[in-house]
Amino acid sequence: MSDQVSLTVNGASISVPSGATVAVAVALAGQPCRTSVTGEPRGPLCGMGICFECRVTINGIPHRRSCQSPCEQGMEVTSET
Amino acid sequence: MANATYDVVIVGAGIVGAACANEFARRDMRVAVVDREVVGSGATGAGMGHIVVMDDSEAQFALTRYSQKLWQVLRNELSADVEYDQCGTIWVAADEEEMGEVTRKHDFYGDRGVATEILDAKRLKQSEPNLRDGLQGGLFVPEDAVLYPPCAARFLMHRAEQHGAKVILGASVSTLGQRRVLLSDGLQLTADIIVNAAGAWSAELTPGIDVKKRKGHLVITDRYPGFLRHQLVELGYLKSAHSVATDSVAFNVQPRRTGQILIGSSRQFGAEHKEADQAMIVRMLQRAQEYMPCVGQLSAIRMWTGFRAATPDKLPLIGPWPGDKSVFLATGHEGLGITTSLATARILVDQITGTKPEIPIEPYLPSRASKEHAHV
Amino acid sequence: MPQSFDILVIGGGPAGIAAAIRAAESGANTGIVDDNAALGGQIWRRARTESVAEPAAEWHQRLQTTNVSVLCGTRVFDQPEPGLLLAERHNDILQLAYQKLVLATGARERFLPFPGWTLPNVMGAGGLQAMVKAGLPIRDKRVIVAGTGPLLLAVAAYLRSHGAEIPIICEQASWGKLARFGLTLLADRQKTTQARQLKRDLAGVPFAANAWPVAAHGHTAVQSLTIMRNGRSEEIACDYVASGFHLVPNTELAALLGCQIRGGFVHVDHLQRTSLPNVFCAGEPTSIGGLELSLIEGEIAGLAASDRVPEAQRLVADRKKWARFARRLDRTFSLRNELRGLASPDTIVCRCEDVPHSRLREHGSWRAAKLHTRCGMGPCQGRICGPATEFLFRWSPDSVRPPVFPVRVSSLSAERTGQPEHTKHEEANR
Repeated sequence: MSDQVSLTVNGASISVPSGATVAVAVALAGQPCRTSVTGEPRGPLCGMGICFECRVTINGIPHRRSCQSPCEQGMEVTSET
Repeated sequence: MANATYDVVIVGAGIVGAACANEFARRDMRVAVVDREVVGSGATGAGMGHIVVMDDSEAQFALTRYSQKLWQVLRNELSADVEYDQCGTIWVAADEEEMGEVTRKHDFYGDRGVATEILDAKRLKQSEPNLRDGLQGGLFVPEDAVLYPPCAARFLMHRAEQHGAKVILGASVSTLGQRRVLLSDGLQLTADIIVNAAGAWSAELTPGIDVKKRKGHLVITDRYPGFLRHQLVELGYLKSAHSVATDSVAFNVQPRRTGQILIGSSRQFGAEHKEADQAMIVRMLQRAQEYMPCVGQLSAIRMWTGFRAATPDKLPLIGPWPGDKSVFLATGHEGLGITTSLATARILVDQITGTKPEIPIEPYLPSRASKEHAHV
Repeated sequence: MPQSFDILVIGGGPAGIAAAIRAAESGANTGIVDDNAALGGQIWRRARTESVAEPAAEWHQRLQTTNVSVLCGTRVFDQPEPGLLLAERHNDILQLAYQKLVLATGARERFLPFPGWTLPNVMGAGGLQAMVKAGLPIRDKRVIVAGTGPLLLAVAAYLRSHGAEIPIICEQASWGKLARFGLTLLADRQKTTQARQLKRDLAGVPFAANAWPVAAHGHTAVQSLTIMRNGRSEEIACDYVASGFHLVPNTELAALLGCQIRGGFVHVDHLQRTSLPNVFCAGEPTSIGGLELSLIEGEIAGLAASDRVPEAQRLVADRKKWARFARRLDRTFSLRNELRGLASPDTIVCRCEDVPHSRLREHGSWRAAKLHTRCGMGPCQGRICGPATEFLFRWSPDSVRPPVFPVRVSSLSAERTGQPEHTKHEEANR
């Protein structure tokens, strides 16, 4: 399965095609990327790195744009609250 | 809009102008406030927004403490967007010498009824885990607070409007004095009392007052809730803030209620352009990372500059301007305008209404500046 | 140490690629910088499994025959002095020195707030397409495409070819405007062919003009969309909403550098020269004109930047033709007034700071709204809510300050080699 990449989204394991972005992995995991300032769930809007709605924490680093980040084996992704 | 007559015309809708407007208006005086931009657009919008006690001088302590108490009274009435947060200040001591300063401050404040707490290295690290190891300790001032200044100014201005004050925005003042404020569109406002609260630009409107622009830079980060818990200021701050001749930077970070971190600070005289100065930004942020290395990894979303209204003796000018009976000053607050705005308004209105002020007002009278001038 | 280029191109879409090729073929030491992981921009964005289609393939091949340095995943955030840009790339900070600069920063979708537009799975039309190209499965998903502009049809066709069901395409422009636009396309063979192909791809997909999104519904994600169609509202079930209202140019970097901006676009002359010496601009930042105009402008900019003015001038007539097309796009897809009323008082306009419409309308200017509500003060720096409030409240945008993108504090404070002297600063800050 070299064409697949395994990572975790909010603790749950998920496998995605290599080359997929973290935004896709989060969507496939059925999770929002972040919770907004007033508590709304949010997902990607622009898909091109401008709107910052797809921010997630990747390997402990907060506020990464998931639509601009390719999935890597063993990555730990968490939604931001 | 037509020419109009008021009891008081205030020039400048920053936090000082707004506080004065509220104070006059609630005493049933007819008030107008004029600003070339919007409420809180000068140093109010550019500054950090702290409500702190300071001990540069007795007069500075008296004014900051009095005003802090006024904020504490107002606190429960403030709208949520003012984001008043009593997070406290920690003065950070890097070495033994600065630890000595911690003790001195602790005694100074204690003698004057302000409780503070000396932190050793371990307690400091517990209080702010993101500070680097090896710092000596600090002084925790629990009553100090932070707020979001533009909304604080807007809150005070709203109150003034509820008491009938008229707020005229987007109108620049060409001259003031002799009971008249002339706007650049030709409109004339008449009043017995004209308050120059134009901050860093006040000297342009009242030539002869010794208020200079002191430029500052700030950077704000994305939201990192819990990263920082208190306002932190290095104790070297006093040394650098005191040096009038040279440009200086100091470690000063502040948590916003939003979880954002404000990173300061810098002080420059003679810089008139409002663009950020690369060298100052680099120095200021490097200083912040010396104290808090992981600040470097945070995402910075904006940086900007602003101009403080600085006086030679680091005290504001509050009261009648000797050069013109109708002109009163409420300016020169430097980096403490948010803190001292409420006390400034009280003291000014007390003087005009003949009420006995709660603190001695002589150190802030504009006349002392002209006296000093005489023997320079 | 700075990397030095004779000609540096910012933006790796069609305009940037064309500019870089033309610059490099004259022997200039050329670099091209893009934020994305690969060149191609939005229009030539490619899924991992797809091969490059024409005409992108031809241009990519041409680029490969040159020795252009390609810097992807790289975001320019400041120009500390003329001729030197700072950029962030992964964990590095790059200093990029240039003699001539070509800005080809492209465009982004305009988003208009309507109730429910912040729900997950309500995305931009281009936004959803980009997600699908990045691996999001769309087969058998119901996608309502709504908004305005030619991108809607292209996206609908793309999604459909990947198995999506398109319940309806809503175009806010009137039939009359669309008909006039369609007639003008007939004058161009290339565009006619493209239009015929689109028509085949979208056969059987309901298309409504005079129609726009009114409200998206759902709890954790969108489940249905109410649309307004010929004056009647109607709720349609869906899994995704792809909604964009044509494009707005990315002019932030140009504005930061000090290029003159006119009517929202970077002002250029017939050789793509901006108001600043040695700075050129090509593609969507100068006008929203689509692929063909971008390519020609890119070529002109690349040629002009490498002092091949006669060759550049030979392309000017062609550019004029496509510039007329840009003006037709502009007229056809101008926003109707009704869209100003889409947001209800509690509809969020600024998504970074969650500022609702009701708090914004208390203010008279973008500046006041920013100061008192934090609208536009989040990490997108107003790129999403700025164009929206410009339309909703007719507010004009603020000046642009560095950093033009959020960057690490350590990048802002990195020592610059050849740190300019104070006099140089004054020049940079003029």
